[in-house]
Amino acid sequence: MLRDQDRIFTNLYGLHDWRLAGARARGDWNGTKEILAKGRDWIIDEMKNSGLRGRGGAGFPTGVKWSFMPKTEGVRPHYLVINADEGEPGTCKDREMMRFDPHKLIEGALIASFAIGAHVAYIYIRGEFVREAEHLNIAIDEARAAGLLGKNACGSGWDCEVYVHRGAGAYICGEESALIESLEGKKGQPRLKPPFPAGVGLYGCPTTVNNVESIAVAPTILRRGAAWFAGLGKPNNTGTKVFCISGHVNKPCNVEEEMGIPLKDLIEKHAGGVRGGWDNLLAIIPGGSSVPMLNKQQCEEVTMDFDALRALRSGLGTAAVIVMDKSTDLVRGIARLSKFYWHESCGQCTPCREGTGWMARMMARMTTGDAELSEIDLLEEISRQIEGHTICALGDAAAWPVQGLIRTFRPELERRIKERQAKTRAA
Amino acid sequence: MSDMTHEPASFAFTAEYQAKADAFIAKYPAGRQQSAVMPLLDLAQRQDGWVSRAAMEVIAGLLDMAPIRVEEVATFYTMYNRKPVGKFHVQVCTNLPCMLRGSDDVVAAAKAALGVEFGDMTTDGLFTLSEVECLGACVNAPMMQINDDYYEDLDADSTKAVLEAFKRGETPKPGPQNGRQFSCPAGGPTSLTELTFQTEKA
Repeated sequence: MLRDQDRIFTNLYGLHDWRLAGARARGDWNGTKEILAKGRDWIIDEMKNSGLRGRGGAGFPTGVKWSFMPKTEGVRPHYLVINADEGEPGTCKDREMMRFDPHKLIEGALIASFAIGAHVAYIYIRGEFVREAEHLNIAIDEARAAGLLGKNACGSGWDCEVYVHRGAGAYICGEESALIESLEGKKGQPRLKPPFPAGVGLYGCPTTVNNVESIAVAPTILRRGAAWFAGLGKPNNTGTKVFCISGHVNKPCNVEEEMGIPLKDLIEKHAGGVRGGWDNLLAIIPGGSSVPMLNKQQCEEVTMDFDALRALRSGLGTAAVIVMDKSTDLVRGIARLSKFYWHESCGQCTPCREGTGWMARMMARMTTGDAELSEIDLLEEISRQIEGHTICALGDAAAWPVQGLIRTFRPELERRIKERQAKTRAA
Repeated sequence: MSDMTHEPASFAFTAEYQAKADAFIAKYPAGRQQSAVMPLLDLAQRQDGWVSRAAMEVIAGLLDMAPIRVEEVATFYTMYNRKPVGKFHVQVCTNLPCMLRGSDDVVAAAKAALGVEFGDMTTDGLFTLSEVECLGACVNAPMMQINDDYYEDLDADSTKAVLEAFKRGETPKPGPQNGRQFSCPAGGPTSLTELTFQTEKA
């Protein structure tokens, strides 16, 4: 188990003072000027060497992403945009970081801005997080008043402002190019890539978009060294991670653990085990609603990291572990997710706009067995028509839970249909 | 939008809200004032409880945008209410993590306590009840949002208790309603127990 002294989010549960004095006592803003003095190249190299992979779901190496920005500022200014539009069902980690450790994020915003040559960072936070945005704004004001942000931030010679921008209830704005559109004051509809944000991002300028957790861990990595972070976890899956464990466990919680922790250990050590015991487990969605579920047998052995979960055709995603015991109506659960993606489709691409509605309606019928056996294959076919045929990954995210259900629990779908057909015949 | 009876003839930000609007506009680069459309729609909603067509036209004028561009934004994002809502907007999450922890019971209790269905406002204008998608508090499920605050770790009884308190004019304490410490495991932490900071009571 991860030792407490290797945990980054030391106020994850809000037991301590979240404001500047408390944050400083926990080590935030310690030696920030010295870190900046080592220069952009050192910072980016150190981030690369740490092996940190983006914590928003895709797992792209953070240091590499930073290195894609132009080396010098041209006519167009550079921007850092922090994705705090946390909305993936199951995921509630960024919220705790922002309300209880806001200075980790603000300090990270300064360091990342400096590393990519930006003088302005925007934190795009989901609109419902009103209280969390208030904490961020207070933390920013404290940091400015203390000379840590603003002109000559931390005495580094670098000017940096951080602003909070609240969204307004659109899941799709968690997609980085939709987020940029939204930040520009438009509907949040994803852009075609390329060009990528590092070339053409916010206001057409070079932009880096990072998840809250990726930015908030950066100061600690740079203070303690890339080797420390890289020494935790597994090769290519280094460091620590905040896991959100929800659903049918005895004690749902957030917890920071080492990457690569066995899923079973994570649940038993921190979440009080599966409700009714491990043998009562039916399935787990290991990385937020957009990744395919695992059956019990897969859950026995799998470790919680990008590569191990990908090998099972699932994913670490946001590390939001949704546990379902044997009492779960799994078909209804996946049908609920299908309804979610239908609601959240931005409507730009036809396969997603129309397909998510088809899937949601068919899944609603599958829940009661009001379908033909051949429609299971039809449902699968529709999901394949969406997957890979849209500008952004929402279409894929909508397709995968349905595909996962069919792949893993097809007999249950068939049972419901046959049962209903038998009842109809009897009547 | 044929029914326009609830649309007021005009809208103006109060001096206080206009000052806030100006502060938001200043957060964005010169010439990029359109970025402030979301915060200004939010301000209009905070002032009136919802976003009227007149408010959108005022915002369009302030930001030098075509009114249709403002309306596009106001109708794309679910948090902007395009018609009046109750003084307390009760939004219950029914997404999967909440469903697994009993959001069916929360929904039933909320409907019973308020006497309305999803999408409806109580006749006294105090409450509007809405079904919402994941609000990002999944380890504290099931939960609901009432105006700016989250009420978490609910069951039928605590849902009723929270809503009855609002009816009495009280503001119940937000957060977990079962006594736990935010997202910490119930009964006490399994991590972060060995660290002390000199800080705290300094």
